[in-house]
Amino acid sequence: MRTLASLTRREFLTVTATSGAGLIIGMYLPAAARADLKAADPPSPFAPNAWLRIDPSGTVTVTVAKSEMGQGVLTSLPMIVAEELDADWSHMRYEQAIADDKYGSMGTGGSRSVRGGWQTLREAGAAARMMLVAAAARQWEVDSSTCTTESGVVHHRASGRSVSYGEIAGKASGMTLPAKVALKDPKDFRIIGRRTQKLDTPVKVDGSGKFGIDVRLPGMLYATVVHPPVFGAAVKSFNPAKAKAIPGVKDVVKIETGVAVIARSTWEAFQGRDALEIIWDEGDGALASSATIARSLLEASTRPGVVAEKTGDPAAALASAAVKIEAAYDAPFVPHATMEPMNCTAAVRKDSCEIWAPTQVPQGAQHEAASVLGIPVSSVTVHTTLLGGGFGRRLQSDFVRDAVLCSKAAGAPVKMTWTREEDMQHDFYRPVSRHILAGGVDASGKAIVLTHKVVAPSMGDQRQPGSLKDGLDRGAVEGAVKSVYGIPNFLVEYVLARTPVPIGAWRSVFPSQTVFALECFIDELAAAAGKDPLAFRLALTENTPRAHGVLELAAEKSGWGQPVPEGVFRGIACGPPAFFGSYVAHVAEVSLTAGKKVRLRRIVTAVDCGTAVNPESIEAQMEGAIVYGLSAAMKEEITIERGRVVQGNFDDYPLLTIDEMPKVEIHIVKSTEPPDGIGEPGLPPIAPAVANAVSAATGKRIRSLPIRIQA
Amino acid sequence: MSSFSLTVNGKPSTVDVSPDMPLLWVLRDTLGLTGTKFGCGHALCGACTVHLDGEATRSCVTPVSEAAGKKITTIEGLSADRSHPLQKAWIAVDVPQCGYCQSGQIMTAAALLKEKPSPTDEDIDAAMSGILCRCGTYQRIRRAIHLAAQAGGSR
Repeated sequence: MRTLASLTRREFLTVTATSGAGLIIGMYLPAAARADLKAADPPSPFAPNAWLRIDPSGTVTVTVAKSEMGQGVLTSLPMIVAEELDADWSHMRYEQAIADDKYGSMGTGGSRSVRGGWQTLREAGAAARMMLVAAAARQWEVDSSTCTTESGVVHHRASGRSVSYGEIAGKASGMTLPAKVALKDPKDFRIIGRRTQKLDTPVKVDGSGKFGIDVRLPGMLYATVVHPPVFGAAVKSFNPAKAKAIPGVKDVVKIETGVAVIARSTWEAFQGRDALEIIWDEGDGALASSATIARSLLEASTRPGVVAEKTGDPAAALASAAVKIEAAYDAPFVPHATMEPMNCTAAVRKDSCEIWAPTQVPQGAQHEAASVLGIPVSSVTVHTTLLGGGFGRRLQSDFVRDAVLCSKAAGAPVKMTWTREEDMQHDFYRPVSRHILAGGVDASGKAIVLTHKVVAPSMGDQRQPGSLKDGLDRGAVEGAVKSVYGIPNFLVEYVLARTPVPIGAWRSVFPSQTVFALECFIDELAAAAGKDPLAFRLALTENTPRAHGVLELAAEKSGWGQPVPEGVFRGIACGPPAFFGSYVAHVAEVSLTAGKKVRLRRIVTAVDCGTAVNPESIEAQMEGAIVYGLSAAMKEEITIERGRVVQGNFDDYPLLTIDEMPKVEIHIVKSTEPPDGIGEPGLPPIAPAVANAVSAATGKRIRSLPIRIQA
Repeated sequence: MSSFSLTVNGKPSTVDVSPDMPLLWVLRDTLGLTGTKFGCGHALCGACTVHLDGEATRSCVTPVSEAAGKKITTIEGLSADRSHPLQKAWIAVDVPQCGYCQSGQIMTAAALLKEKPSPTDEDIDAAMSGILCRCGTYQRIRRAIHLAAQAGGSR
């Protein structure tokens, strides 16, 4: 039993008083359709808290305060409510919350949505169920404890009476919110753990789902923004004449972030953009290139690091090791390249602003608009649309700023859309990094020491130079610290290497690099010890049973140790829980083509994510992390010349395609532990699993990304 | 500016736009059919795929003047009620994640099944490899196409 927070009671009052207002089901609807819905809205729905509402028809609507970017929150969060509510799943609907602090942080990232909502949403569902039962019991003049619930119906078995949630919803509104709620024993779960099709799948197969780029408002204009091509540069002067001469272009204006072209359609805005003549004040940024950045990383890697974690005496252990090896690994800048380019629609009015954005941070968007306009945050309304991919890119609000500035300049609602090139060249990239690892094994072949120096830029320091406490960026060493391997002498250090290139969170953030280096190095250490890579890892994970478990499961399902077809090679890697909690191991099978290119054949995955809320979504998220990680591992690299991103579109920045996709098999460990994160943990171990397989195929170690076979 | 008579999803309409305006933007911005997506603007990602007289076509590089007089089908017109075998298969396999590329995937797959009612994996690779998905739905797309083919998806 847990006491409900007083906040819930306050929300109960607020939400009951305002329910029906701003009703949005499933997606943003145009004002006219919304008015219809409002008129049809039943007079007294039961809305016991901010998270759900039961209409007299029996429909249960769950307010989802996290952004849907393909990870399935519009389904998994309603599943949690439905479980404790004992709802009929076919009656469940979702609605996307409008930005409001009453929901707590709506920021969607860090694989936190299900974990963060787990307790709150279970309690919300359980409290509502108790009130429905209490209302039915009062109507029947029986004791609540003699009533049961099942699939949206309250039963009084003794008298053979029953009433549906919809029928009793009105009366339930008059019941007192329980001070304490009892939650189900996981063995009684019937919705959680069941393969459930995503509620938003239908609107994604007929074109009706509304993404940010699909928003349309009466009187809306269209815009695009050209940003300085060089990081840190500014507009010196520009000639709008040719752009303005394009039919359909309404205006060309210098805004704080660059130059905006406002037009009657997106294409006309793009045409205007192409015709723009801008002279940039490039500044020092133009001196940067991939070569200078690589040199500065190399230079930084020779500096002593700040200790992030230390156990035992690594120096002495290295000196006494029977076999000692050292290796350096590199990872490049990578963009997010969401399929939906950055866009946002803003309607700046006299003292307020309304925004429709594909954002991972609706409240961040709210603050961004408020600061641009100098109005209170409470005067900014943010509607979160569907996101055409997020992956961390939409944790930033730069594109919201652009839209607000455009609408303000145009004096009209504006949908602002970037070209693909603008998107590719103005990202917050996964940072470059360099990793220096050393390790040693004893005479029996057991690892006794491992040191890992992480040389990387810092997001915190880039936002606010000098802000790192004691020079350590704890985020940058994620995946390196708190190792799943019980190596007695262990050291992780960090060296800050600044870069002029904007950096940001990219699906799984730093573990996408630290784990690549670590897991490749573990293979090198195993080879030095003359051990099988799996056996070497299993021996080191005896005290981390969940890591041990996923390694064993992936190995078993892949047939590790058993013969493979001629020319096929295997690699294995394990992902640490890092900040997402779950454990993942992948076995990769590759072969080499006649032209010595890597062919990805099969990935076998084991994941331990605690309670598997929706196995269907978990498998999809594993498939997604694998493909996103494989694309980066096999192909992706952003390079810089004269302070500019060289690549612009999918011709010079190819992504993984369906014909290159390996067969993927996912195995989920059964567990009744609370759920852990699922959006990211499949990613970190995929690049090293493949790199280890490629090394097995070629006999040459892979030490940098993307994976390239040296002739 | 010129006037063009278009037939989109069986409905005639007249638009007054520049002859070189890509069909994509006429559909999205002029006609309000936003199911067809913008991804790259250069026929590199396939998100904008529609059918012109039944043939899968990248609408982002197809001037409206070329589309006039042809039968234009967008995702909104593939079926009235998500009853096309591919849409049913897509739902059964729960293919979409973010969903942004899916209109292009489904329209490309529909053209493939018209031409090859029982495609092999190689046929699927050849037809679908130009349609990018960042979420990793490729494996499910393949499954859904096979499922739709079994259900007589070439309608």
